[in-house]
Amino acid sequence: MIQTKNRQKKAITLTVNGNLHKLNIGDQPHEISPSYTLAQTLRETLGLTGTKVGCDQGACGSCTVIMDGKPVLSCMTLAIECHGSKITTIEGLADSITGKLHPVQDSFVKHSAFQCGFCTPGIIMASKSLLDRDPSPDPHHVKEALSGHYCRCISHYQVVEAVMDAADKGGQADE
Amino acid sequence: MNETYRFIGKGTPRKDGVDIVTGKARYIDDVRPGPMLHGKVLRSPFPHAEIKKIDTVKAKAAPGVRAVLTHADVPPWMTGMPRHVKVLDQRVRFVGDAVALVAADTLEQAVAALDLIKVVYEKLPAVFDMDAALAPGAPRLHDMFPGNVVSDFPAFGPNTLSKVVRGDVEKGFKDADFISEGTFGYENFANPLPIEPPGVIAQWEDEQRLTVWSGTQSASWHRWIMQSKMGFPDIRAITTQCGGSFGSKNYAPQCMFYAAALAKATGKAVKVSYTKDEHFGAFVLRLGSRFCGKIGMKKDGTVTALAGEWMVDNGAFSDMSQSQIAVGCGEAQLVINCENWNLSTKLVCTNRCPAGVIRGFGGQELESAFAPLLADVMTQAELDPVEFFKKNYVKPGGQYIWREGNLWTCRGKDYTKAMEKGAAEFKWKDKWKGWLKPTSAEGSQRTGVGVGIHGNADVGEDDSEAYIRLNADGTATIHASVSESGMGQRSSLCKMAAEILQLPLAKVHMTPPDTLVNPFDFGLVGSRGTYAVGSAVIDAAEDALKQLFGRAAPMLGVQSQDLETRDARIFVKGKPEQALTWSKAIGIMRSVTGYGEFKADYSVPNFLILFVEVEVDTDTGGIKLKKVTTATDAGRIIDPPSLHGQLFGALGSAGLDTAIFEETIIDKKSGHMLNMNLTDYKWRTFNELPEFNNIILETPFPTHRFKAIGIGEISTSPGPGAVLMAVSNALGKPLHEYPLTPDRILKACGKEKGNPK
Repeated sequence: MIQTKNRQKKAITLTVNGNLHKLNIGDQPHEISPSYTLAQTLRETLGLTGTKVGCDQGACGSCTVIMDGKPVLSCMTLAIECHGSKITTIEGLADSITGKLHPVQDSFVKHSAFQCGFCTPGIIMASKSLLDRDPSPDPHHVKEALSGHYCRCISHYQVVEAVMDAADKGGQADE
Repeated sequence: MNETYRFIGKGTPRKDGVDIVTGKARYIDDVRPGPMLHGKVLRSPFPHAEIKKIDTVKAKAAPGVRAVLTHADVPPWMTGMPRHVKVLDQRVRFVGDAVALVAADTLEQAVAALDLIKVVYEKLPAVFDMDAALAPGAPRLHDMFPGNVVSDFPAFGPNTLSKVVRGDVEKGFKDADFISEGTFGYENFANPLPIEPPGVIAQWEDEQRLTVWSGTQSASWHRWIMQSKMGFPDIRAITTQCGGSFGSKNYAPQCMFYAAALAKATGKAVKVSYTKDEHFGAFVLRLGSRFCGKIGMKKDGTVTALAGEWMVDNGAFSDMSQSQIAVGCGEAQLVINCENWNLSTKLVCTNRCPAGVIRGFGGQELESAFAPLLADVMTQAELDPVEFFKKNYVKPGGQYIWREGNLWTCRGKDYTKAMEKGAAEFKWKDKWKGWLKPTSAEGSQRTGVGVGIHGNADVGEDDSEAYIRLNADGTATIHASVSESGMGQRSSLCKMAAEILQLPLAKVHMTPPDTLVNPFDFGLVGSRGTYAVGSAVIDAAEDALKQLFGRAAPMLGVQSQDLETRDARIFVKGKPEQALTWSKAIGIMRSVTGYGEFKADYSVPNFLILFVEVEVDTDTGGIKLKKVTTATDAGRIIDPPSLHGQLFGALGSAGLDTAIFEETIIDKKSGHMLNMNLTDYKWRTFNELPEFNNIILETPFPTHRFKAIGIGEISTSPGPGAVLMAVSNALGKPLHEYPLTPDRILKACGKEKGNPK
């Protein structure tokens, strides 16, 4: 193997749920390959398996995370593109000290707005992002914002109710 | 309803709810039982071929590769019904059939090694539909099925229903005022397509002990069904949270074979997770279904005779097709009460992805195929279909032959009131204008209504066992092999136990779905969770309480029957001051274990009627689903949000939308699927939700401790036929094909491509 002089590993930094990670690019077990998607990096490298991969084709929305304030499909985003970004995953929504759920999470539990629950983390991230942008959406806006999310169990009706309920509460979680 | 309940009937948060919304819930792709290898499957590019040669030398030498297996070196395990499916075969029978297996240290290495396997195939002629498969001289898929017809029906014992022969059809047709005849199909091979692809992790503890983890629906199937297919190893089956199933992931026999074979070859744990491509192309599709026959009816809607052949397209092999045919034959009798039947069946193999277990389980396939025939005979008689369905479903005292071949007498409930309430909510009488008449027509926009019904006597199918352990700390632990695949059944079972034990819901838990620690349970199929599993858990709770009171009674100087309990305290009835804690009664170093069981009961069918209103655009051929109403009777609702979720599910999992846009398209030259991704396979989005109302009656069913009955599975089944009826009415002409794509609508409107009118 040829060693280059002053060989310096390329690396990226990601802030995930408030924690800064420096990730070297490479093919060792603790490194990330340039071909790694953000979803793969979150799940396999950082162990944040709350982000789900349903289709790995950018069509089902289950891998949605919030990057720099916007919902993105983490299966369609390369990790190396995310250098310097701030990412929030489903694990980062509840209060890290008290464990208090985010109002959207709380509302989903109250409304049983899921059946199998696999699409739920993606839907919650997209809903949270919607409410950050538009704290008082009407149901039509909620449906529009979630239209890229595949839910085969058909929890849609309960999801819309849950998001509207969270919006009505103005972002305050119930005790 | 005299009894009031503390938990039953109240919407309580799912016990796994917080885990689901925080990402803590663990699905199969999230679990790491220990160090493991990654398994991949090399799949056939040809629909039918003989493998002449496989060269695995390069693949075996590739970095990280631990094993490469071909048909020459896999274990001699067999699955299928009857057994005809090997782990790997020298013959491949559909595009996507397994050719070789690789295990490597990383997924990337396993994928890379697939490319290094060189296969020489001898292509064979293939058959993609039943006509081609049954034609004289057609290529035979399996040596044991001459003419590509599977005639062995061992599903439910020696008398498994493979036909319905009752009464005298000749006389029945003589008595008929109207007869309809024809051939109609439901052959769009829709995919139930849960969001999570299937996956299995396998590890051999020693030569005879295998542990498998999987995200499957029925926790015990990987043990009790697979043991006999693998030479009876002691299988410990563990299920994780399951990301949707709808029957399709009751178990995953092929996937389990691959993981177990690679684990055996490498001596390590091996994980095989399907990609979405594999999920689309090499897992399970709905059966193809075609009905060729006739029906006779009197002016008043009495069905006098039903005769014909139900042809069923299996795909490349049968896993449970015969079971589905048996249940389908039973379900047809539940919705068409008729004295004279001569319904035969034919199960056919074709070179496409195999069919498997899917919600609707035979009944949806059969009823959707003969929906046009029913519509035609009702059109002749000018009968309102709601009146027809109300008249013809099996009522208490009515009889039907169920899947195992026995004649059962219905001791369920009369669903007429539920159907009438559903019709009233839907405003059926205002919207129904007669057969082939639109509800409204304005320019290119036409609306129409339709209705369908489905019933199932499997709500009490098969056996269940459960234990409940009462702990001195005032908690209770339910031991039952029950997975969570979306029904919320694990939470509902805790509710039922909490109600009997009068413990706060937070104090009742279930063991993980693991066959090592739990007794037998058949699984969450056929809506059996409430009646079958629920009854076993309730029975166990009552047994445990009996023992608890037996211990407490002498301590309190009274008889057992004088005692009651609440919140882990035992009281003398009417004398709350005479009390004892569970801790005292049980003893801190002890526990009390109750046992409960349920034995199969096929006498209590459930029913569901579903109304649809559609708007059809005769310019674009588009169909907009405007309104759906379901109506049923649940006896007693255990958990309202979970039940509503099941009913909304009519729109998912290859249900109602198989009449509008869901289909698997196969290229008949190459045998390749053309829409095997979530962009080209159409699904309903949040933006296309119709108004959807569920009318749920609660007429007590005496068969259950809380008077309840399961409903979930059946909601998908009446939809396809109802949509066909609604669109036919909107356009004023009978339509027979599924799904009603814009092309088909425009053709029906005389606006085919190149022929604008």
